[in-house]
Amino acid sequence: MPTDPVIEVAGVTKTFAGVRALDDVDLTLHRGEIHALVGENGAGKSTLIKVLTGIHTPDGGRIRRNGRISTIYQEVNLVPLMSVAANLFLGREPRNRIGLIDRARRDAEAAELLKSYGITADVSSPLGTLAVGEQQMVALARAVEADADVVIMDEPTSSLEPREVETLLEVVHKLHEAGIAIIYVSHRMDELYRICDTVTVLRDGKNVHSGPLRELPRIELVSLMLGRSVNEIQKHGTTAFGEDHHADTRPVLEARNLTSRPRINGVDVTIRPGEVVGLAGLLGSGRTETAKAIIGALPLDDGTVLVAGTPVPRNVKAATRAGISMLAEDRKTEGIIPNLSVRENIVLAALPRLSRFGVTSRKKQDRIVDTFVKRLRIKVSSPEQKVAELSGGNQQKVLLARWLCTEPRILLLDEPTRGIDVGAKAEVQALIDELAREGLAVMLISSELDELLDGADRLVVLRDGAVAGELEGAQLTREHVLAAIAAEVMDDADSR
Amino acid sequence: MTLTAARRRWLQDNGVYVAVGALLLFNALFTANFMTLGNFTTQLVQAAPVLIVALGMALVIGTEGVDLSVGAVMALAAAIIPLYLGAGPVPAILMALVAGLAAGAFNGFLVARVGIQPIVATLALLVGGRGLALVIANGQLVPLHDPAFLALGTDDVLGIPISVLIAGLLALTIAGLTSRTTFGRQLVAVGGNRRAATLAGLPVNRVLVGVYAICGVLAAVAGVLATSRLAASDPADMGLLMELSAITAVVVGGTPLTGGKVRVLGTVMGVVLMQLVRATLIKHNLPDSIAQMIQAAIIVAAVYVARERR
Amino acid sequence: MTTLTAATRTKVLQRQGAAVALTVMVVVSWLTFPRFGSLDNLRDLALQGSFLAVIALGMTFVIITGGIDLSVGSLYALGGVLAAWGSQHGFLTALLLPLVVCGGIGLINGLLIARTNMAPFIVTLASLLFARGLLLAITDEGANTYQVAPDSAFVELGRGTVAGFGYPIFIAAALCVLGGAILNRTGFGQNVFATGGAEQSAILMGVPVARTKVLVYTMSGTLAGLAGALTAAYLQSGVTVIGVGTELDAIAVVVIGGTLLTGGMGTVLGTVIGVGLIKVIQNVINQIGTLDSNYQSVVSGVFLLIVVVLQRILRR
Repeated sequence: MPTDPVIEVAGVTKTFAGVRALDDVDLTLHRGEIHALVGENGAGKSTLIKVLTGIHTPDGGRIRRNGRISTIYQEVNLVPLMSVAANLFLGREPRNRIGLIDRARRDAEAAELLKSYGITADVSSPLGTLAVGEQQMVALARAVEADADVVIMDEPTSSLEPREVETLLEVVHKLHEAGIAIIYVSHRMDELYRICDTVTVLRDGKNVHSGPLRELPRIELVSLMLGRSVNEIQKHGTTAFGEDHHADTRPVLEARNLTSRPRINGVDVTIRPGEVVGLAGLLGSGRTETAKAIIGALPLDDGTVLVAGTPVPRNVKAATRAGISMLAEDRKTEGIIPNLSVRENIVLAALPRLSRFGVTSRKKQDRIVDTFVKRLRIKVSSPEQKVAELSGGNQQKVLLARWLCTEPRILLLDEPTRGIDVGAKAEVQALIDELAREGLAVMLISSELDELLDGADRLVVLRDGAVAGELEGAQLTREHVLAAIAAEVMDDADSR
Repeated sequence: MTLTAARRRWLQDNGVYVAVGALLLFNALFTANFMTLGNFTTQLVQAAPVLIVALGMALVIGTEGVDLSVGAVMALAAAIIPLYLGAGPVPAILMALVAGLAAGAFNGFLVARVGIQPIVATLALLVGGRGLALVIANGQLVPLHDPAFLALGTDDVLGIPISVLIAGLLALTIAGLTSRTTFGRQLVAVGGNRRAATLAGLPVNRVLVGVYAICGVLAAVAGVLATSRLAASDPADMGLLMELSAITAVVVGGTPLTGGKVRVLGTVMGVVLMQLVRATLIKHNLPDSIAQMIQAAIIVAAVYVARERR
Repeated sequence: MTTLTAATRTKVLQRQGAAVALTVMVVVSWLTFPRFGSLDNLRDLALQGSFLAVIALGMTFVIITGGIDLSVGSLYALGGVLAAWGSQHGFLTALLLPLVVCGGIGLINGLLIARTNMAPFIVTLASLLFARGLLLAITDEGANTYQVAPDSAFVELGRGTVAGFGYPIFIAAALCVLGGAILNRTGFGQNVFATGGAEQSAILMGVPVARTKVLVYTMSGTLAGLAGALTAAYLQSGVTVIGVGTELDAIAVVVIGGTLLTGGMGTVLGTVIGVGLIKVIQNVINQIGTLDSNYQSVVSGVFLLIVVVLQRILRR
């Protein structure tokens, strides 16, 4: 590149509580460059971004910033109760002669500006009334209009609809043409290869690759991220699932016409004992909502859930008692109770069963906890260790144990392997396999297509909150799934 | 970094015991007639109502909540006593406890079912509750004469004043409740991570309503005992700023305001500590004004030590 | 769409709910009690409301940042005592001493809350206690009530009138207009909304959240001190027993006026309407005569409850 770099990072290290989050990381960014920053969860991407934006001070190394940096995050970081225009101009409001905020001018300028980002909503209404995609666009507009030379985008498309993604990528392209440098963090290969010029791959806090992206084959990029050789991936696949299962014929779970507008609309799912049913679909297609509807955590407009032919009242307690368990997607906010021990986290849901007249029995607890710690190979110094001190993978196993000790008949798993290291991932996958073989009915939600194709006996593909197709046997291929999902995009295009 | 964090956690967990020990030592050396049975009995009798309220508050704080209405509930209980004392002490006390139960359950309903922040939900009762108590009592202080009722505040069993005995028994009960029952463990789980507790199939709403109801009943018990000791129903002053004393004791005792943990013994010691501070200041003839300012400083210091880091 | 209509409904309730209630109350009172509509009564009502309005103005800012200030009742009383004591050294001392001391305590509140991540309600509860202690210390444990010389200029501040309407009314009105302008038309006002609306986002958007918090608590303390000074000037003495529970009145009127107790949304006009509503109710209770004055706090509590529940339901 001919120009001076706008950001130059050399040999940066950062340690948190003895753990090396960044280890001798380099990164160079030039004007107008779109730079992909990739890595698995915990590879150090967030830490690097925070070091770049000055939120964290590095322990060692050198950073040269040659311009203003703006950041937009996965979660829209704006103020929902304030108006769109107020959010856009917060901190740089146009003033009148006596120095007060000129609201009329602010609103006019905001409306004008947002038009170029494809937003025509009323700028004086609260930001929270906009769709998430539109909010993300406002965040982007705000970042760019702050005269930024560098825009860091941390998974900006993860909660957007396909149409919104298109608009966003167009805007990114415009920025690139205007000479603004962009660091683009995403897990979506298609997006990365479409817009990015260069890539930095982080693994375990180390910079394992930097260079032009297009010269790097996808499989090579994946292997750099995962730290496994290309050969190994091709030979063994990327998952640890075994063969298909032989399922019973009578379904143990029948969910009919699950409807909770606007998120899901008439979803039917049946699972037989010993069967793993995958839920495929894009983010926002209603996968998590379907699981939450089954467990009774989502208020329904319509629909019934039957376990072994008997209707289940719509609340979590009744569903749990009927034998349904759900491993939530977000371990931190919906799974672990951080201040409690591993033992207490495991027995939590089964507590009434391990008590007499409301008084808990420590002996019964210890016995059951011991069993599951051994069986799931949970690495703890003692069952009394605080669960917050465990690694992500071990926390996930604790949560699995929590559900298994309620002796469920149906297990709903929402992204069970997200954000845990490769080794733990394989263990969890093998465990799912084993549980199904023992006769449990499993519903598996995953954004990783390979995990679904390898792990599930049958796939239910969701699209816009409705079932777009069911695939079985020979149909369980990448092409079929993509076709079922992609129909959405085409329909969408037709109808507009 | 890690060393100071560990040190702070130690201070958070054990600071209250160290402080109580230090204060006792100070008084043993410098205060005449402090280390006597008579003085300790007096101190415990004075501390008993605060302790009873603080026990309920500890449970509420354990669920990541707070109950600002405890003082108002004490006033309500005080106002109700004379209305039913004609029918005997037992009906009067029962009616006062029922009022506390209703007030607490109402708070719990607002927090659990309607989904209002605890501070906000209990604020309404703080604003209106004492007014209601005064309306019930016509704004009057009513002297009480029922000997059986007054005995509650004056008599003792084996040398232990009845109110202290009740406070002690309640402390043991609450300690057992939190550590040994499903309700207690579910309470802590709800405070630690409410969404996770919901998804784990825990009866979150029932736990919350139960906790606020218990807190209301305990506040009413404290109101009954304090009224008995005063030998008068005084809704205007009964339990004024009790919410502050109770929250202070709980926090000083090492229960974090962020929930997920209940320290019953710590709460007891928190109450003892604040009582000792007050007694020490009085014994050394420091005026009320100075005593209040020192208490304010202790509250800030305790919360400062116990605060969660960003 | 559902969020939009909910927002619109909330807006209507916020903007109009308290105003409609106030109008209805005024009309009904006017028709029912002949004395209610008399100029004397209205002047008195406005004067009584002006002290609360000054305190509630500061509380509005604090609550919009998502905080709460329980110390204002004590600071109000302290401000009065300081003003009465200071009046023997002239007008300026009488006015500035309460502002500086109460503002200083507000500043400490703000610093503790903003810099140490301590809960606002507990910090300000502690300073409620502290300010009462300080008040007792300077009044000989409450035994000494300082008087303001009846012919001093400072008394004029509280008792002077224009067309029969007391100066405090105009001072409160001017402050509320100024407060409204600051809230809606300055960068600081925008920061107040952003801080209470989504603190983490505000930090990422470059809003000086800590400074904003420090400022609102300082403002709140200063205004409480000013209200105390005005009251002392009006009563011609530094009454030590006033202000108990005033913080609750202030919170009640702010919330009844439509400001979200969870922060991020609110108006000064709403607070003024809330003050009007509470004072009219108090006035009516006094007019009825047979009713206990304690009904006023019961009514406040009920109003508070209704508003909070409605806000919650409409925001679902």
